[in-house]
Amino acid sequence: MALNSKVPNGPLKDKWTDYKNKINLVNPANKRHIDVIVVGTGLAGGSASATLAELGYNVKAFAYQDSPRRAHSIAAQGGINAAKNYQGDGDSTYRLFYDTVKGGDYRSREANVYRLAEVSANIIDQCVAQGVPFARDYGGLLDNRSFGGVLVSRTFYAKGQTGQQLLLGAYSAMNRQIARGKIEMFNRHEMLDVVIVDGKARGIIARNLVTGEIERHSAHAVVIASGGYGNVYFLSTNAMGSNATAAWKIHKKGAYFANPCYTQIHPTCIPRSGDYQSKLTLMSESLRNDGRIWVPKNMEDVIAIREGKKKPTDLSEEERDYYLERRYPAFGNLVPRDVASRAAKERCDAGYGVNATGEAVYLDFADAITRYGTEQAKIQNIDNPSDAKIYELGQKIVEAKYGNLFQMYEKIVDENPYKTPMMIYPAVHYTMGGVWVDYNLMTTIPGCYCIGEANFSDHGANRLGASALMQGLADGYFVLPYTIGDYLSDDIRTGKIPTDSPEFEEAEKAVKDNIDFFVNNKGTHSVDYYHKKLGKIMWDKCGMSRNEKGLKEAMKEIKELREDFWKNVSVPGGANELNPELEKAGRVADFLELGELFAKDALDREESCGGHFREESAEESGPQKGEAKRDDENFAYVAAWEYKGEPSKAKLHKEQLEFKDIELKQRSYK
Amino acid sequence: MNLTLKIWRQKDSNTKGQMVDYKVTDISEHMSFLEMMDVLNEQLIAKGEEPIAFDHDCREGICGMCSMYINGEAHGPDRGITTCQLHMRMFKDGDTITIEPFRAAAFPVIKDLVVDRTAFDRIQHAGGYISVNTSGNTQDANAIPISKEAADTAMDAATCIGCGACVATCKNSSAMLFVGAKVSQYALLPQGQVEAADRVKNMVAQMDLEGFGNCTNTGACEVECPKGISLDNIARMNRELMKASI
Repeated sequence: MALNSKVPNGPLKDKWTDYKNKINLVNPANKRHIDVIVVGTGLAGGSASATLAELGYNVKAFAYQDSPRRAHSIAAQGGINAAKNYQGDGDSTYRLFYDTVKGGDYRSREANVYRLAEVSANIIDQCVAQGVPFARDYGGLLDNRSFGGVLVSRTFYAKGQTGQQLLLGAYSAMNRQIARGKIEMFNRHEMLDVVIVDGKARGIIARNLVTGEIERHSAHAVVIASGGYGNVYFLSTNAMGSNATAAWKIHKKGAYFANPCYTQIHPTCIPRSGDYQSKLTLMSESLRNDGRIWVPKNMEDVIAIREGKKKPTDLSEEERDYYLERRYPAFGNLVPRDVASRAAKERCDAGYGVNATGEAVYLDFADAITRYGTEQAKIQNIDNPSDAKIYELGQKIVEAKYGNLFQMYEKIVDENPYKTPMMIYPAVHYTMGGVWVDYNLMTTIPGCYCIGEANFSDHGANRLGASALMQGLADGYFVLPYTIGDYLSDDIRTGKIPTDSPEFEEAEKAVKDNIDFFVNNKGTHSVDYYHKKLGKIMWDKCGMSRNEKGLKEAMKEIKELREDFWKNVSVPGGANELNPELEKAGRVADFLELGELFAKDALDREESCGGHFREESAEESGPQKGEAKRDDENFAYVAAWEYKGEPSKAKLHKEQLEFKDIELKQRSYK
Repeated sequence: MNLTLKIWRQKDSNTKGQMVDYKVTDISEHMSFLEMMDVLNEQLIAKGEEPIAFDHDCREGICGMCSMYINGEAHGPDRGITTCQLHMRMFKDGDTITIEPFRAAAFPVIKDLVVDRTAFDRIQHAGGYISVNTSGNTQDANAIPISKEAADTAMDAATCIGCGACVATCKNSSAMLFVGAKVSQYALLPQGQVEAADRVKNMVAQMDLEGFGNCTNTGACEVECPKGISLDNIARMNRELMKASI
């Protein structure tokens, strides 16, 4: 099947408005006869469920957690972008669009990104009307802050818990519809397959995670909003339960999977402390505004620090290597996420990592504390302040800006970051790749939609800070509710979809057989054993930098691991009870396939762009020597993979990307 | 360090449960409490026994899913954190640690340490929202100025993660801190004031229906709340209810 992005014609700025004016609508009386399934209740799924129900559709929403309020959108810290231009600093829809396309290293679909920027302002209006308590200034108006690498202040925030407040807003909108009976909520349920009838998505098979019962649910359309696949690395900033199963199941039934190799590895996370580590914790990007990143210059100091014979504060300025400032004098510690992450890896690979695992660099606030302290002494008219006084004054300012993050760090690491530098290391955070969708957010399966992080469309090869929340809510509140109507307008006379058809029968049987296999297989290794092994292959060979040899090895090793998994995995407990190990087994089985496709995609993309760095595609000379080299001539396409029975046999379909309103440039941070 | 764990095991909601002793060895002080539980579960799986079921998800203190009652305290001995943020350095070699589920009549045990907190969701269904449809045509976000103090106080109430520690801690199993937090968030904002009277009446009625107890001002909930939700919210809810009832 040829890919058709269905991007409407006309000038970029009019596309969405014109398109909305012309698509088919469903009359309110008919909407009551139409059912929609939404899988996942984060920002995208929650906002879509609420809005579709408000419109009059019958929504069935599914979450694996015990309440929709717990989806991992809740953990987003920093904020949400919107082109409101409340600060009068020159922001506009076009600028937000431009920054997002450039930040994505010119690998996103122009028309989708423009629409995202266009509806961004409505999101803020909607959330305020819902009672989301955004930060305000003393005049009572909304406050903004600036975020990674842009020149305007367009980020709205609610303390360091913006994701939580936006999700609770969507959750409250859902609650109103649940109370009216327009949303039927299925907590502690997991989708295990999609059901296709006459070529259209018509339902799902789900497992009740408390009783183990396998259920059939039918609908006229199915919306997948199940988030990203960062947990393919085992360790990530994702929640423990975050998984790719819903997205992968639709892939296996015909939905193309796009750009799986685009992964965001965030530079400022708390390092691993041992093999028992279960997840990684992000420290907000905002810390790089005041922190300086360094490792020791001399190997003797590295060794002395690791052995506890020296402390980082013992090292003089001359003995420190501020490697970001050294390599990128123009941007210094504020280079984009992908660049900062790779630079940390380069130093640690060279042996300069400062903790026992060798995978940590320092993020030092001493300079900022002194700078703020000196400034405060002046403001407060303190003559000849002592060093201790300056430090005390400076610490207060840093505490006001980052207090909650410093406290979180201290709880986890048990060190006081006001007194000794923080240790940080990059960690997997977000996946830009995902299920391929057209302009309507429909996958290559008719009637099956994919929204939020689970799809691929808006962030290209690298996502900017504060854009994930924007995309999730844009898709759910303002895009899908329109586009899905165009499709459902053909279904007003269809009537209820029966669940006793052979298609449901067959899908249910396959799901049950799979579960029976797991609980009856008397294997030797736990699910986590395989998940950790997969994570190590992914991190070592499909991590921050990739090469042909490593990627080929990764494909082979993942395939072998998968075969071993299907022989020797051990899943205790039964099928008809709450069984967390059984849940994990199904998810890891899917990651073991996705990981191989990931490596295949990374192998195919012989260029470096955004979060995907191919060692073979680096600048060889000149001022940019060693930096990422994008290849627009050969790789300005979306790689959409069609499932063909084995990840290694997946068939590549290319969607050529066109940039009519933007000039393609190389990113330089020197 | 080496530890003895006394853990509540219960097959399902219909079966009687009991405390069972386990030993874990070589636990690092840098582990989180849930990573220690992971180590125990891997040991159990290796021995062919069924691992201990417990709720957890984000493991960074914000989703509200984890819910253990450790040595007689919701979320364990540290303050201002959830169980997933508790670290083993709070314990010492040779300790015996008692681990139970959150207990309340309105939170029935599903299995082992997992409890059913959907009563909280049903209270939210009764009024935990502002009746506004998604349209893209609501008024501009800056049309109604809101004082910084009101916005900040609403935000403090809104940080509730719905974990249920307040209920598990309260000798009356009262949910008034949880309900008060949501009532307060909306009562402090002009957008929420339109429906304030109906909201507080409906949410309190549902809270009573679910079988949560009353508040006797002990204040334990505030101490154990991982997000520091203040007792002021209960006072504000009572005031709102009084206003709505006369």
